[in-house]
Amino acid sequence: MALTKERIITQVYEKAGLSKVKSREAVEILLEIIKDTLASGDNVLISGFGKFIVRSKGPRRGRNPQTQETLELKARKVVVFKTSGVLRNKINAQK
Amino acid sequence: MNKSGLIQVVSEKANLTKKKAEEVIDIVFGTMSQALINGERIELRGIGSFVVKNYDPYIGRNPKTGERIQVPSKKLPFFKVGKELREKVDH
Repeated sequence: MALTKERIITQVYEKAGLSKVKSREAVEILLEIIKDTLASGDNVLISGFGKFIVRSKGPRRGRNPQTQETLELKARKVVVFKTSGVLRNKINAQK
Repeated sequence: MNKSGLIQVVSEKANLTKKKAEEVIDIVFGTMSQALINGERIELRGIGSFVVKNYDPYIGRNPKTGERIQVPSKKLPFFKVGKELREKVDH
């Protein structure tokens, strides 16, 4: 089963000694800050976990494979994630 | 923005001590790390999802020396950005 926000909130509630309401609020605020930071074009670095990087992609000519029509794809910004070396090693140590 | 920046802003906005904010952040990313170590996927509505992908071994090359090297199979998390974040970033 996938890890969801609900399970993360439960972990915070059980381990941080905060109320359920406060745990939820803290997790929501944390995720909101991460989103807003990336939206402003800033990267988010979390040591031991990884970094979220905002990358600018230049404009390029694309093609609709169905209609063969060429179209101009505008420059855009995307978010990429790079896993920290520490976490990558832990994932690969697991058999 | 790094972890100490996050601790600062979370403590202000959630009205927590810095120590408590740091604890929360460590629990959140610790839980996420453990899920990935277990090979479990993560789904965060609005942010995106993480899946651990298996990469087969391949013969690589050192681009500097041209030397062939055997790259062993490996697992790496892959992040797929969610709709809300994708649209927020590309405005």
